[in-house]
Amino acid sequence: MSAFALFFLVAGLAIIGWVSARMRVLRMQPVAGPRAHSLPGYHGWYVALWLAIPALLFLIVWSVVSPGLIEQSVLASPAANALPDARIEREAILNEARALADGSLQAAFNEEARALVPAFEQAIGFYGMIGIVATLILAFAGGAFAFLRIRPDFRARNRVERVVMWVLLLASLIAILTTVGIVASLLFETIRFFGRVSIVEFVFGTHWSPQSASAGGDEGSFGAIPLFWGTVLIGAIIAMIVAIPLGLLSAIYLTQYAKPRVRSVMKPVLEILAGVPTVVYGYFAALTVAPAVRDFAVNVLGVSSASSESAIAAGVVMGVMIIPFVSSMADDSIAAVPGAMRDGSLAMGATNSETIKRVLVPAALPGIVGGVLLAVSRAIGETMIVVMAAGLAANLTANPFESVTTVTVQIVQLLTGDQEFDSSKTLAAFALGLVLFVVTLLLNIVALGVVKRFREAYE
Amino acid sequence: MATNAPSPRQPTDWNTDAMQRRIKARYRAEKRFRFYGLFAVVLSAGFLAFLLVTMISSGARGFTQTELEVPINFAASDLFLDPAQLAGDNADAALSAADIEGVVRSAAIEAYGEDGGDLISNGSWIRVRDAIAADPQLLTGTETFWLQASTELDFGSRGDTGTRRAQLPERQAMISRWNRLEEAGQVRRGFSWTFLTASDSSDPTLVGIWGALKGSLLTMAVTLLLAFPIGVLTAVYLEEYAPQNRWTDIIEVSINNLAAVPSIIFGLLGLAVFINTFQLPRSAAIVGGLTLALMTMPVIVIAGRNAIKSVPPSIRDAALGIGASRVQVLAHHVLPLSLPGILTGTIIGMSRALGETAPLLLIGMRAFVATPPGGLTDPATALPVQIFLWSDELDPGFVEKTSAAIIVLLVALLAMNGIAIWLRNKYEQRW
Repeated sequence: MSAFALFFLVAGLAIIGWVSARMRVLRMQPVAGPRAHSLPGYHGWYVALWLAIPALLFLIVWSVVSPGLIEQSVLASPAANALPDARIEREAILNEARALADGSLQAAFNEEARALVPAFEQAIGFYGMIGIVATLILAFAGGAFAFLRIRPDFRARNRVERVVMWVLLLASLIAILTTVGIVASLLFETIRFFGRVSIVEFVFGTHWSPQSASAGGDEGSFGAIPLFWGTVLIGAIIAMIVAIPLGLLSAIYLTQYAKPRVRSVMKPVLEILAGVPTVVYGYFAALTVAPAVRDFAVNVLGVSSASSESAIAAGVVMGVMIIPFVSSMADDSIAAVPGAMRDGSLAMGATNSETIKRVLVPAALPGIVGGVLLAVSRAIGETMIVVMAAGLAANLTANPFESVTTVTVQIVQLLTGDQEFDSSKTLAAFALGLVLFVVTLLLNIVALGVVKRFREAYE
Repeated sequence: MATNAPSPRQPTDWNTDAMQRRIKARYRAEKRFRFYGLFAVVLSAGFLAFLLVTMISSGARGFTQTELEVPINFAASDLFLDPAQLAGDNADAALSAADIEGVVRSAAIEAYGEDGGDLISNGSWIRVRDAIAADPQLLTGTETFWLQASTELDFGSRGDTGTRRAQLPERQAMISRWNRLEEAGQVRRGFSWTFLTASDSSDPTLVGIWGALKGSLLTMAVTLLLAFPIGVLTAVYLEEYAPQNRWTDIIEVSINNLAAVPSIIFGLLGLAVFINTFQLPRSAAIVGGLTLALMTMPVIVIAGRNAIKSVPPSIRDAALGIGASRVQVLAHHVLPLSLPGILTGTIIGMSRALGETAPLLLIGMRAFVATPPGGLTDPATALPVQIFLWSDELDPGFVEKTSAAIIVLLVALLAMNGIAIWLRNKYEQRW
């Protein structure tokens, strides 16, 4: 019986427990006299929880532990003596035998694997039976314990509610666990990376060629400055040159000038821009924008070094993606400026645009700046557009028509392809990830702080 | 006596030329500014329109296929296959031993001359094999098949598009070839069910999105099953139970930060934790689902908190006042009332997860997967990753397939967002 079927069996038992506990408490209830402390349903839940939780916890632990136990007992069997010593071959044969034993593979490739099948089948049967029996015993024991405690004056509700409380707390701890997991995994691998490559070289070096690093020494090929520069050029400069004016002007037009009907149509349309998957933008940038940009640069501007993976193509498309982000932040901050300031300016005879330029935008500036910082943090963490449209060459150039590479592109490059986990290349990806994580985090903290203080100023 | 009284100021004469010019200039500036705003909106919307038009115009063809009529005389061919052989248990072995590919190719050469073999797609013989498996009696006679045309012939069917590539001599030859075949009625174009039912392939005429779509669905199922309950429970805890203390602050700060962490970082987390530490299989839907669940959960928490916050305290107070416990208040009143908001947030989070590519690349879901995944631990790919993989292919036939897959993805996202908007409008309550 698979763990899945066992899960449903326990769930079914829990339902039966729920129903019978409810019936029991109803029957025990005196016709006259004091009413039961808890509603019958809570007694039902009490039994169901006692029945299911210990059994399911055991089931989870068992399904993690039992493959190891099975493998151990197979290795202890006489048929396993014929296994080769090399770990990779051994694993392959074991996996094959396991697949044969559970029926997901029909024909064997290796003789050794076929020899191991009976041992596997026996071990799987044995430990599977232990799992089933233990789970069911736990379920029945828990259910019986709870069932016998049921009495009309038993405070079932309080106990069930305490479980609910714990479940809520556990769920919210997962957020902390995730954060800790991110920080720990990034830090751990990064420290290992800096054990091989000096941190000074990584932060200040200007030469990035991890592909050549694996062959010889690691020194001298993990200078990340070109990546940082490429990230800044695409995400913080080119994308923002596109996104800030367009986003800000769109927000101003839609909030201050457009008729309500136009606004109610155009605002969702602009928001679609933020909902288009980044892989679509990347494909669009690579297929349509990049060749057009290169042709423009070569034919019109006469930049002969223009690359078809130019920084500008990726940056412009990324900027378009960011427009709704800037625009909605600007929208919020302009809306937060007190109406009296606007009315005062208009009453003095200023035109709309003068009011916007001299009163609203300066007053909303901290909020807008905060929004731009958030947009930058999103742009530098953006991956697919740059993976598909920006290049791989780590150039240190200010020419937007040339190819540059970014932190995210290199993370993807380093982690796809050959996959031994211990090489400096994979570890470098985690170091880059840590840099990215810290920078986006700082940007977010600063931006949210700015926005918060700005809101307080007008409240 | 006040000697320094201000001299009475002359009223501004608005009718002087200078003033009129100034006012005109100011009004012009006003108009200009207004125009800039309009221009920005139109430009942004125009970009979106351009993107969609580009995708649709290059992707529409991806849903179609070009087929070529090829008569195959099995009886006269050197396919030593007997209908009787295909009746028993060894049918699969007999079929895979037979050189159907060669027979189909020589049939095409026989029908269309020396280069006939290049007119049909490399994998088109699979169709013939499946037909034989379904009806072994075909082997006794001659049968006419409609087989997928090769990419070259398919390009010929587009005619002279005026691009530089279309002027190449071999392309021009193919165009005239196509025209002749079309006159003879030996080719046809139609809707391609292959594209919706097949999986990845190295041949653009045979690819389909079903494998990737199924991988996406499995991944999304895992994501939803994990992120929705955890997200809702966390939101309930933070809004209804959490005491004001340092723990709560830490939880809140981590959730807000997780919502802003770049998605690729979650990929690194998934790689380090799920694959390296827990030894879960690489490129499996379950790892993708776990990773995306961690990414989606903060979105659901934030949406859920806002929805719960918007339930007025009077409802809680009323329920508490007639003796309900806090859990009862939650389960009977607060959660049902905030459910539309929670669901809207969930759908938006899920649609973001559906379009996400980068974390899935890192956990290895970029493998070439030619069969749809059967379970959560089978090698799988997802629709956005499939788009990324096809966009890297050199064969020009993949361009339209990539765009067609993008159309499918966009339609799915549009449908999800449409449902979210509909939910919000239908059930939104103002208190």
